[in-house]
Amino acid sequence: MTQSGFAVNGLSAGYRGRKVLLDVSIETIPSHSLVALVGPNAAGKSTLLKAIVGLAPARGEVWLDGDALQRLTPAQRLRRAGYLPQTLPQACSLTAYESLLSALRAGCPELTVQEAEHNAESTLDLLELRPLALRRMDQLSGGQRQMVGLAQVIARQPRMLLLDEPTSALDLRWQVCVLEAVRQLARARGAIALIAIHDLNLALRFCDRVLVLDQGKVLASGTPANFQSDLLEQVYGVEGRLEHCSHGHPLVVVDRAL
Amino acid sequence: MNARIESLPQTKPRLADDYRHFVRYRRIALTVMALVLLISLLFDIATGPSVFPITELVRGLWDPSSLSAGQAVILYDVRLPYALMAVLVGASLGLAGAEMQTVLNNPLASPFTLGISAAATLGASLAILLDLSLFGLGQMYAVPMMAFGFAVLATLLILALAHSQGAGVETVILFGIALLFTFEALVWLVHFLADTDTLQQIVFWSMGSLSRATWENIAIVAVVFTFCMVLSARSVWAMTALRSGEDQALSFGLSVAKLRLVVLLRVSLLAATAVAFVGVIGFVGLVGPHIARLALGEDHRFYLLGSALAGAIMLSLASIASKVIIPGVIIPIGIVTALVGVPLFMLLILGRGRRV
Repeated sequence: MTQSGFAVNGLSAGYRGRKVLLDVSIETIPSHSLVALVGPNAAGKSTLLKAIVGLAPARGEVWLDGDALQRLTPAQRLRRAGYLPQTLPQACSLTAYESLLSALRAGCPELTVQEAEHNAESTLDLLELRPLALRRMDQLSGGQRQMVGLAQVIARQPRMLLLDEPTSALDLRWQVCVLEAVRQLARARGAIALIAIHDLNLALRFCDRVLVLDQGKVLASGTPANFQSDLLEQVYGVEGRLEHCSHGHPLVVVDRAL
Repeated sequence: MNARIESLPQTKPRLADDYRHFVRYRRIALTVMALVLLISLLFDIATGPSVFPITELVRGLWDPSSLSAGQAVILYDVRLPYALMAVLVGASLGLAGAEMQTVLNNPLASPFTLGISAAATLGASLAILLDLSLFGLGQMYAVPMMAFGFAVLATLLILALAHSQGAGVETVILFGIALLFTFEALVWLVHFLADTDTLQQIVFWSMGSLSRATWENIAIVAVVFTFCMVLSARSVWAMTALRSGEDQALSFGLSVAKLRLVVLLRVSLLAATAVAFVGVIGFVGLVGPHIARLALGEDHRFYLLGSALAGAIMLSLASIASKVIIPGVIIPIGIVTALVGVPLFMLLILGRGRRV
């Protein structure tokens, strides 16, 4: 593979004999794209993200801009593909700015002090976190810490963003802010974002493609316009409909659990 | 996004400039701590059964020939070694505690959590019980060498066991606690087997005392502390990043298991050296880092040095207290650190509770 973009070919992963991902392949995702990774609990979404960056043992091919990521060390992969873990940053005595600086100084030792400071500051502004910058992490709410965690990934300016439930602790406004910021990064920098997310409405509204994962396999993949409501029953075990609001955005309405 | 960043008003103060206020405050706090340590050190040297005015003391330190022969012996063979040993051991335990609390992500961790002191006590107790004189070196060397050897052995055992299980935080702490109880039981067995004189020696050793300080020992502790401090300084950013959480540190591309292994080896070297020469001194490794965290936050560029200074101040003050509580008697310093340290620690915790 030589073209730019991201692709996965025959990726399998598991823990201690338990198979979590079974021969997962993802067609080439071009630059400037946001891809939602959806699926029920334990579908393998987090494992897929970890396997891509080398934080979970896996077999298979992962391509980014023509380079085989599986041949790189986890540290080299993580420089190219920034990964946001599902767990929130810890409530510690560091200020938000310090936690961001430490992520940059430890994760990107090639940056000068000035570059690290500039990246930290511009990321805090992008995510509207400047008012929190000099507050201690143990004085921030869970949602605010989740935002700082996202800032730690974005500030390293990776080619690709792998975000594991980046909006799980956020209120409505911040959920939209986060997805808008990621979309802005994809459009302006040509970044690719793969976002594991539970909220189908956010996924359908902000992402260019939706990838449905179930029991370790890719069950469906396509644009939000092609999303079929029968997947709701098949994947989530719920009866639901796909409506469109007055602005034309797709809306998933769940009627009952089956 | 770039357009948005570039369009920021130019008048907005740079965050890095705002943050420099924090840095300045921390530098001042570290300087104050260093001054307090210096004053405490001078008072520690000046305190003792025979009167030694501070002015004469300073002159004597500057120009040894100004002292009488008696004064020179008191200053250079007793007071100065004891006082310097207190500072060095305190700094070693403070640094060890801080690093351990970070890599084990546990504010209760200290060099003693993993049973390092219990192992050292067993080593020393065996040397005393069996009247060992390793390679003809005599008991004076055999006791600290056995203490050091057992402490290192305990650490290697924990690390080997933990490594085979993936070196997770809980695994390391659980193995440590298991070893702590095992070594304590073995120490009691030695107590049970020892005759009255030997038992008295063993108990006195395990109380922790500066009276075993010699210039040779001081040089060894100083070299080990400097060596570990320099190595610590190289991983300050990695350790600061680890405070965001293990998953976060992994996502930054850090090898957390390797960092934990290297730091724990360093901690055991620091703790084993300190314990080998002065015996068991609890609490400093636990409280020193807490004081530093309250005063300086957890940016490890300041926190590690602050923990070492806080540990040194605590033990230096404890050394003064050990001489003045009962005039003419030097109470073993291990007893004093707990008696003075516990109320201090409680005040800190209560103060923090009020502030939050």
